[in-house]
Amino acid sequence: MSENIVYPYIPNSVDEIKNEMMKEIGIESVEELFESIPKHLRINGKLNIPGPILSEIELKRHVENKLRKNISCDEYTSFLGAGCYNHYVPAICDEINGRSEFLTAYCGETYADHGKCQAIFEYTSLIGELLDMDVVGLATYDGGQAANTAIRMTNRITGRKEILVSENISKSLIMQIKEFCDFMTVKYVKYDRNTGNMDLNDLEDKISSETSCVFIENPTYLGSIEDRGMEIGRIAHEYGAVFVVSADPSSLGILETPASYGADVVCGELQPLGMHMGYGSGLGGIIACRNEEKYIMNLPNHYYSLYENDNGELGFARSLNVRTSYQSRENAVEYLGTNVGLWAITAAVYLSLMGPEGMYDLGKNIVYKSNYARKELNGIEGITVLFDECRPFKEFVVNFDKSGRKVEDINELLMKEKVFGGKNLVDEFPQLGQSALYCVTEKTTKEDVDNLVSVLNSIVNN
Amino acid sequence: MTSKVRNFHEAKWDEPIIFELSEKGQRGILLPEIEKELIEEFGDMENLIPQGMIRGKKPELPEIAQPQVLRHYLRLSQETLGQELNIDIGLGTCTMKYSPKIHEHFVRNAKLSELHPLQNASTAQGILEIMYEFEQIMKEISGMDAFSFQPGGGGQAIYSNASIMKKYHEDNGEGEQRKEIITTLLSHPLNAAAPHTKGFKVINLIPNETGYPSIDDLKAVVSEKTAGIFITNPEDTGIYNPIVKEFVDIIHEAGGLCVYDMADYNGLFGIARAKEAGLDMCHFNLHKAFSSPHGSMGPCCGAQGVSESLAKYLPVPKVDFDGDKYFLDYNMPYSIGKIRKFYGVAAVVLRAYSWVITLGADGLRKVAETSVINNNYLIKRMLSDVKGISVPWGEKDGFRTEQVRFSWEQLTKDTGVTTDDIDRRGTDYGLQCYFQSHHPVIIPEPFTPEPNETYSKQELDEYVAIFKKISEEAYETPELVKNAPHNAPISKIEAEPITDPDDLILTWRVYKKKKKMLQNV
Repeated sequence: MSENIVYPYIPNSVDEIKNEMMKEIGIESVEELFESIPKHLRINGKLNIPGPILSEIELKRHVENKLRKNISCDEYTSFLGAGCYNHYVPAICDEINGRSEFLTAYCGETYADHGKCQAIFEYTSLIGELLDMDVVGLATYDGGQAANTAIRMTNRITGRKEILVSENISKSLIMQIKEFCDFMTVKYVKYDRNTGNMDLNDLEDKISSETSCVFIENPTYLGSIEDRGMEIGRIAHEYGAVFVVSADPSSLGILETPASYGADVVCGELQPLGMHMGYGSGLGGIIACRNEEKYIMNLPNHYYSLYENDNGELGFARSLNVRTSYQSRENAVEYLGTNVGLWAITAAVYLSLMGPEGMYDLGKNIVYKSNYARKELNGIEGITVLFDECRPFKEFVVNFDKSGRKVEDINELLMKEKVFGGKNLVDEFPQLGQSALYCVTEKTTKEDVDNLVSVLNSIVNN
Repeated sequence: MTSKVRNFHEAKWDEPIIFELSEKGQRGILLPEIEKELIEEFGDMENLIPQGMIRGKKPELPEIAQPQVLRHYLRLSQETLGQELNIDIGLGTCTMKYSPKIHEHFVRNAKLSELHPLQNASTAQGILEIMYEFEQIMKEISGMDAFSFQPGGGGQAIYSNASIMKKYHEDNGEGEQRKEIITTLLSHPLNAAAPHTKGFKVINLIPNETGYPSIDDLKAVVSEKTAGIFITNPEDTGIYNPIVKEFVDIIHEAGGLCVYDMADYNGLFGIARAKEAGLDMCHFNLHKAFSSPHGSMGPCCGAQGVSESLAKYLPVPKVDFDGDKYFLDYNMPYSIGKIRKFYGVAAVVLRAYSWVITLGADGLRKVAETSVINNNYLIKRMLSDVKGISVPWGEKDGFRTEQVRFSWEQLTKDTGVTTDDIDRRGTDYGLQCYFQSHHPVIIPEPFTPEPNETYSKQELDEYVAIFKKISEEAYETPELVKNAPHNAPISKIEAEPITDPDDLILTWRVYKKKKKMLQNV
């Protein structure tokens, strides 16, 4: 080992300092400190790993040379969604989540991290307004884990094991659910072939006193706005089941809240509220429930409750910790680890910037643009929009069967025109033929859509 | 040698709750006008939304202009003691190390931040290459044969390992039989909670006078019902369990699998690893020893490593390389399925990769050695300078690895000042609060610092000086410590923790309702 290397991140790598410290400890060699680790458990020789790249200049060059091989959605026009969305991130979101204080704090509490705790309380408060609900937990790993927790909560509440979901749920989400809720049974409810929404007759047929929850996504995975939430909720409740709704927060400036149509537990993907996609790095999970003890005590995430002291100051502390595995280990309702605190704070900044009018404008922007895109694509010969009787929010299904072309090939050709086409649904929904899920956000312009239409037209009809 | 204790006061902005800043009509940000052709095409928005689904009443979010939103959150940030601001040695088991700033430039580069996870792999070759190369690095560091970076944190990685354990026994036709897992009481609580969430019954081994359980303790609970063991080594006390291989052999003999929690790995880089101890699975927290910032509790990554025979069970998809291109392999019929959407927190993997290649093998070993030197220096200085503190267990048996669990038991007996009081008082001298202990608390009045390699000797000396000072205050003016903090953003809250769900206030709307109720009484 080259003893003379001084590492910038390791201040005590200077030999003189190290030696002084070893003298204080009373050792001659570092090896003495590791005497408790038996020889047979030691690594033989030196690790065979790349590096070192000691200078920051060379490191920057090395990493950026690799990153350069990526092509971002800033360079190409993207119509990808399906669980991660290309929404606009206001500059102030990045400014705040880049602050040393928030970026590098951890689990500190009430006093030293008062500001962080208040920001978290504001996150739950703002989400509470967006959802029109009183009880919001700190954000979890992603929308999928939020759905998982919501579903397992229903099992703890009802003691039942059956989950009813729509057949058009995403394959990725159902894989997450089947993994986490593996002692429960998933039963699929048919969806209406014209709208993509839940088939209520089939729901009535499938639901029973074994049903723990009816789980819906709104908008559905394939993009339609589910307009019969009230009836679904009523049917669920009639059978003593819990009604769980996974909502897209970017829709809630214009769409009714799940609470308004009877949801008991609400979950959703947090990423649209101020997080960059980051190849999936920006995900987070929203979780909220009714303000009733049986729900509150079955939610496993941290609660930062407000307290008031004798000086009239408001402070915030983790509360009802007995639910959590930090306090109760295996007796907790579910395991709880580090999640996505920085994204909760970022979402608070986002919602504060947007306000009610911003969220309204966001929804409005999306819904006009997605309808425009859907209509224009539907006008291309060889291309059909599926579920055309539904109202889409930001996603919709485009079918290429009549063109005789494969989605895979079309997407390859679109890339040549600097366009990421919609998510290929062929593996997920073979029954839908050569279909793709297209996504439009407030960042999409009419020009983007017109360009897509012209490129697709020439691909399909050439 | 005395170090100066600084005259500190944390920012105290007395900042209102965001809703109190609201002024009707203000806007924080505007969106593009919708193109007029689109409005002409579709008319009112009512035409585009199914009946009954238009939100009747807009959400009662605050209405605030941009400078005021920025100022509010900047003030809240100033009322937060991030690692970059303080000598964040206190949060032991968390490895609060310096997160190199250059890494923030990498993850905020649009070449990562604006990548959609479903883009064609040909347009994500850079990040896939980094994820693939980092897997090769992690294999060498741990001696394991395959990794997944899909778990979004340490807890999710332990959970994912439990899931593999379950599937493995099911595939061997022993799923019904092997329903028990064993862990130690000083392993992280998630080693009990995550397998329990996966459906296992948990047996906790109690440490003896060495700080870890004995072989006989383990033998007494192992049976044909044993699915495996989840063990943190070194445990939270910084004591390395030297008989871990014997534990592993006993579990293997009984047909179980062994899982290593490497959350406390910082003192072992290049020195000891999972492979030599015979472990079948392990996980590392990339936001701890591998330098990714903790982000006010995430996002993070639990890198999950397994031996060759278990690789087929890892979460789907796997990043792979065909000699020419990097790709995502979904053809994994034995996989436990999906733990998280897509492929994990790529930004955290990128930071960890950058950190490792900066240091190389020699640098990693320097990390381990320095963190252990720092820790044992801190222990020595604390025990010699600070009255009322001790290190229970194995005091005569040598050195700790990267962290230590102290006890203030003597000081509490002498003065009535508790570890809670001392913890709050630390903030008055510019320290983040410290980690006491995971539950159950079996060391009285605990205090668990972890002085990792990124703190200087000067800072360690200041840290000792602060606790020397607080100890003196406890003996001389105990009320000063008991009523701390005095220099924090808020003063002490006397209220007992909430135990009744009716008292919970998680949202501003609930607070307002409760206030209103009080006014009406």
